[in-house]
Formats: sequence, C-alpha cells, structure tokens
Amino acid sequence: MALELDSITVRYGQMVAVSDVSLSVADGEVVALLGPSGCGKSTLLRTIAGLEKPSSGSVRWDSSDLAGVPVHRREFGLVFQDGQLFPHRSVAGNVAFGLRMRGVEREERDKRVLSLLELVGLDGYASRRVTQLSGGEQQRVALARALAPSPRLLLLDEPLSALDRALREQLAVDLARLLREAATTALVVTHDHDEAFTLADRVAIMLRGRIVQVGPPAEVWSSPVDVETAKFLGCNKFVPGSFVGVSAERVGLRATALRVDPSGSLEGTVLERVHRRDHVRLLVEIDGEEYEAVGPMTEIGDRVRLVIDLDGVARIG
Amino acid sequence: MAQARAGLSTRTGWSAAALLPLAFLGLFFAWPVLAIVSLGLREGGVVSALFSGETWELVGFTLGQALASTLVALVAGLPVAFVLARCRLRGLGVVRAAVMVPFVLPTVVVGLAFRTFWPDGGVLPIVLANAFFNVAVVARTVGGLWAHTDRRAEDAARALGASRPRAFLSVVLPALAPAIGSAAAVVFLFCATSFGVVLVLGGSRYRTLETEIYLRTVELFDLSGAAALSLLQFAAVLAVLVLGALARRRRETALSLRGREELARRPSGGEWYVVAGAGLVVMALLTPVVGLVTRSLSTRDGWSFAGYAALATRGDRGTLAVTGLDAALNSVRTAFDATLVALVVGVFSAVVLVGLRRSGGRIAEVLDTALMLPLGVSAVTLGFGYLVTMDALPGDFRTSPLLVPLAQALVVTPLIVRMVLPVLRAVDERLRQAAATLGASPFRVWREVDLPLVGRSLVAAAGFGYVVALGEFGATSFLARPDAPTLPVVIARLMSRPGELNSQMAYAACALLMVVTVGCVLLIERLRVPSSGEF
Repeated sequence: MALELDSITVRYGQMVAVSDVSLSVADGEVVALLGPSGCGKSTLLRTIAGLEKPSSGSVRWDSSDLAGVPVHRREFGLVFQDGQLFPHRSVAGNVAFGLRMRGVEREERDKRVLSLLELVGLDGYASRRVTQLSGGEQQRVALARALAPSPRLLLLDEPLSALDRALREQLAVDLARLLREAATTALVVTHDHDEAFTLADRVAIMLRGRIVQVGPPAEVWSSPVDVETAKFLGCNKFVPGSFVGVSAERVGLRATALRVDPSGSLEGTVLERVHRRDHVRLLVEIDGEEYEAVGPMTEIGDRVRLVIDLDGVARIG
Repeated sequence: MAQARAGLSTRTGWSAAALLPLAFLGLFFAWPVLAIVSLGLREGGVVSALFSGETWELVGFTLGQALASTLVALVAGLPVAFVLARCRLRGLGVVRAAVMVPFVLPTVVVGLAFRTFWPDGGVLPIVLANAFFNVAVVARTVGGLWAHTDRRAEDAARALGASRPRAFLSVVLPALAPAIGSAAAVVFLFCATSFGVVLVLGGSRYRTLETEIYLRTVELFDLSGAAALSLLQFAAVLAVLVLGALARRRRETALSLRGREELARRPSGGEWYVVAGAGLVVMALLTPVVGLVTRSLSTRDGWSFAGYAALATRGDRGTLAVTGLDAALNSVRTAFDATLVALVVGVFSAVVLVGLRRSGGRIAEVLDTALMLPLGVSAVTLGFGYLVTMDALPGDFRTSPLLVPLAQALVVTPLIVRMVLPVLRAVDERLRQAAATLGASPFRVWREVDLPLVGRSLVAAAGFGYVVALGEFGATSFLARPDAPTLPVVIARLMSRPGELNSQMAYAACALLMVVTVGCVLLIERLRVPSSGEF
C-alpha cells in the first residue's frame, strides 16, 4: 500500500473534524473521498498534505510515518478547488514552479512544461498570463502544475466544483483519462457522485467525520451500507425488498426505480410533475404512499401504471 | 498533542523574531524617552506641574484643536474617499497625487503656506493646517476600504425602499465605520502631536503640549515640567492607539475584498454634488501650495528668482552654516539612510506580525501598538532623550551621522508597516500552501510568493517613507548638527531671521521640497499596487 491512514483524528478545539479514519490507497489507484459539505473530507486531505496536524493517528507512505515530514518534502501534489495559480507568473512559470523547487535543469524543465501543457490540452498557452484564462483553463493549468514534478500522490480538493456543469462533465472525463494514462496515485475529494464514480477505482463515503463505506463505485452505488449513506447517494424512499421483488430486508429507491409504463404491475395517481434535463420527474401516490418516478409526459391526476427498474434500487447493508 | 506542540513551536519562533524589532524600539525609542522623562521626574515638581491650571489649559487646547482638526479632515476627506473609491472619472490619478502632496509636505512648509494667508497665525489656521495635512489619511484609509466594499449591499437597501441618503447612513457608513475610526485615531494622533504647524502658526499665544515641551526643554530648561507634560501626552497617545487598534481589529474581520474595477462607475444624479464637494476640497488643498510657489517668486519689486538664486548661498549675511544646496544634498542623503533603516525594520516587523497572527500569538497586538508609539511621542522628547543617552553607546553616538536617520526612521517605520501589512496579509494562505506542496520551503514560499506579490507596495512604501523622512522636522531640528542641517531645518532657520532675501530663500526651498515630493508621489502613483483584491 502506498498511502496508509491509521486512525486519524483531527480536532479544532472542541470540534472533531475527522474522527478515527483509516484508509489506504494502493500504488496507481485513484480513490474518491465522497461526502456532503462539512463532513471533514477536505480537512482529511489537508492532513495528508501536511497542512494540518492530526490530533492522533498517523499518515504513512510506503510504511514510513510522515509526522516529521513538512509539507514541502512530502512530494504530494495538491490541486485546489479554485486553482490558486500564482498571479505573478505566466502559465509556463506556474507549471515550472515545482520543477524549479526540485532543482530540475532549465532545458529539461522547459520540455516537461510543454509536454504537460499538451497533456492537459493547453498547447500554445505557455506564455499566457494566468489572469486571462477561463475557469476551466485555470484548473487545467493547476493540474499541470501539480503533475509536473511527478508527485508520489496527487491530492485533488473538489477540482471541478467551481466550474459550470457542461465544463465540469467534460473535464471529469478528461481528468479520468489523464489519471489513467499517467498511472497517477490520487485521492480526489468531492461531493458529487457522478464525479467520484467517473474518476475513481474505489470510493470512500465520508459522513460527519467518519468513513462509513469503502468499495468500488458500482458496489457502493448498489449496496450502500446504511440508510443515511443511501440517502446521500440519492435514495429518497425506503421499502422492504419484497416491494420490488428483491431478496433484501430493506431497499432504497431512487427516482429512476419506478418508470411509467403501460405494462407495469403497480398503479398510482400522479400528484406533481417537474421537467428535468432529459426526463420528466413525477410524484406518484401508490396505495396511499408517495413515490418518486420518472416517465413520459402525463397530466396531474392521471392514473398511471409503473414498472420497477432495478438500476434505481439500492440494497441497504 | 502533536498539533499543540507544532503550533507552539512556530509561535515561539515568531515571538522570538518579534523581539528584534522590539529591541530596536527599546534601544532607539523607549530608552531615550524614558531617560529624559525620568530625568525630569528626579528633579521633582512633576506633581505640581501636573496639577497647575496652566497645564490643563494646555491639555484642553491640545485636545480641542486636535478634535476640531480631525473633524475638519473627516468632513473634507470623505467626499474625496468616495470619488477615489467609487467613481470612474478622468484625471483621478492627478487627484490622488494632489491629495497626497500635503501629507508628505514638511510641517514647517505647511505652516509657512498658511502664514501666507494668515500672517498673524491663530486658531483657525492651526486647525485648517492640521486638517489640510491629514485629508490624505482619511481619503486613503476610508477610500481603501470603500473601494472593496461590496456595492450590492447598498443596492439591496435601495431596492428595499431606502433613499440614497438613507442607504448611505444605514448601510454604507456602518460598513466604513472601522476605517473611519482607524483614520480618525491616526489623524487625531498626528494633530495632537503636531509640532511644526503649531510652532509656526501659534507663535507664543497658542501652545500645545508638543510645543510647550519644546519650549520648556530648549528655552526654559524646565525638565520636570517637560517630563510631566510628556507623561500626559504619552498617556493620551496610548489611549488613542488602543482605540485605533480595536477599530482595526474589527476592520480586518470585515474585509470582504472585491476588485475596484467592477465597483467604480460614472457618478449619477446627486452623486455629482459629492464629486463637486471633493473638487472643492482638492482645490482648497492646492491653494496653499500655489500660494507658496507664488510667494517664492514675488518680491516687493515684482517677480524675481532671487530666492532660488540664493539657494546656492548661505543666506543673507551668512544666516546658515552651509549653503541651501548643501542642505538639500544632506536632506537627500539623510532621508535615504532613514528609509533604508525604516524599510528593514518595517518590513521585518510586518512579516513577523503576519506570522504571529497566523500562528495565533498574542504578542502581535503588543508589537503592533509598540510600532505605532513613535508617531505619538514628542519629537522633542525623543531628540533630547537621544542627547542624554546615546553617548552610552559605543563610539559616542551623539555625534554619529546616523543619529538623524535613526530618529527619522522611527517616524517612518510605522507608516511603512501600515502600508505593507495589509498587502502582506491579503496574500491568500492557500496560494502559499500550493507553493509548499510543490516543494517550496517556508523561506522559498516567502521569496517566491509573498515577496513578488508585495513587491510593488514595498517600492511604494519606500518612496512614501522617503518623502516623509525628507520632510521630517521635529526630531531633526533637534538632532541635526549645525554644519549638517536638512532642508526643513534650514527653512525654519531662515524664517526666524530678518531679511527679505532670507524669507525669499525659505519659500524657494519650500518650493524645491515640494517639487521633490510631488515627483516622488507621482512616481509612487504610477507604481500603485492595483489593490489587494486582485490577489
């Protein structure tokens, strides 16, 4: 295991931000730390970077404790949500910064800067001022800057959250490709499941300072460990497994679990209707209970039949 | 535990570093001041001096004129602050420079400028001159915050039905209160301890604590009386500084920075009245300056350059020990040394202050206040203190050519700290962390991130400090050796002697000082760091 966190606790005075967290990241693996805002995931990331000191527990790299290693000797790259580019340096100057700190020769430095700019899709931007770049471009430069010195571990703190949606989705795909190509070991902090599932080999769900579940994205998505985790992952209705024909004591339903279809076995009345990007979301009453569902256009008050789509069903536990 | 220990060790490091500027202040400020005060205390009679009616009359006049001057400066400075912060108009750069000129003019020159309009002096010219001097402080301090205060709070109040004046009173003014309070404290401090202006315009009728300390020390040799007055002044100054520190603390938490560009717009409607008011203020500020230049060129026999020609001489019948030009050269050299010392001490102190704040050390407040103290202590007390203590330093420091620069540096350092500190503090902590994760050691973070970002404000502070040192009169008049006077000292000497050529030459020297000052200020304006919001 490359990175190992051993029962890390971080306190600010009385407030416990991170509570007894243990987690490991293997060489070349991308792990997403997924949780709602304020759950302590950024604090954990900063602790790994060495910007915060854990109150107890240890951060280890290849089995050696990093407690006495200051930030600048850890060789961990960090990408902030809003880039934090150096405003007084050009794009190339930003990307070259870490290389200069490591004493890399100018010639090799320049070559590496150019290849990284190409990697993040910014060829020809070397001499631009960073203040003239768009948000997406700034984030690409920040990524190139963090990758340039070939960090042992790349830490990404909500790297795409400051961007608008279309750009975010595009960049998430680019970033996933980039991390695979460079075989980078990385830990991504995010509150967005799509982002986490696009980027990561494994996802760690963090709620209120604790890691509650770790696993491959598909597993975490289909079998959240408890109701609270399931709620964070989009389930809004909890029913016995028998309701949807699944052999589980309890299951969580996402809106996509029920779909309007004339061949369906369930029947209900449409109460509300909201248009979403590519579907219509309905609130349907079935046997006196309200459920969310998706479907084609219907009128409020219509009687509709519904089928169960198991992709929208999550087993609890 | 680990966190507590690490926090403690950085804090100990910064606290240890704070001892260096404190030691400098202790050696070159506290020791001389305490020495002269205790000399007075030993003579006895302090208590009787403290309780004499005359003393309290002096205190009353000092505080009264300072209060009046502060009010005038506030009233005149606020419209200017508005225009500089919120309006997009042509020629704002010129306005900014014009407002700055009075602040850096030597106090004697300001006094002289007002003498051209009120030849007999009096209370009104004292108040106006003090205010004239300090409009820049109000305009810049308040304008600085105003330029970065989100305009949308005001817009929201207007949308909720508040009239423009109402929105100003209920939303804008409270937001600006910390800056106004901080500016008022500094202005009050300057006015309460103003020396040159009161000396020139007050004559023997209107005296403040500051001029009275000078009078008693130099002319009456009444050290115990002077000590008593110094103690009073010190107590008052400390009280004002503590109030100012409290105002600043609120301001620092209230700072929500926005770029100026998106906030400035063309004035509309009633705002033009404010713009007009600001225009009047700027014209009023320029009037004494123009008057001075006019006086330097006019004689009883009409226009003449005699005063300027006389700068190459020692004045009428050898009034001076050196020529005017020698004094000017000496001024330039002395101010350079003073600026160098003040930069080293000031920047070091600012870095330590930021480090202390970040690691949560309480000594930050102490250092911050201590650094401001020299602004509020009588230059005469300081000067006399130097004379009685500096011989104890190796090589009899009293005759050292470093004496005057050191005294000037004490006056300049607080200004440099105040200019550099906000910019240094505005550097985003995460920017420094980004540099650290890229492999930069703490020192390299400072060199690669902090230093380049504050670079221009450093140069601006240096230029500003240089001009202030150039115009410093109080302590310099006391410490400068007769064979090496500075230009302000020469001006005062020329004015106190009879002979038209002497006063002509004094006015010409004033004009010369102003030209140098304006040149420096315009240079600084060109370098003007856009604003901390851009970082």
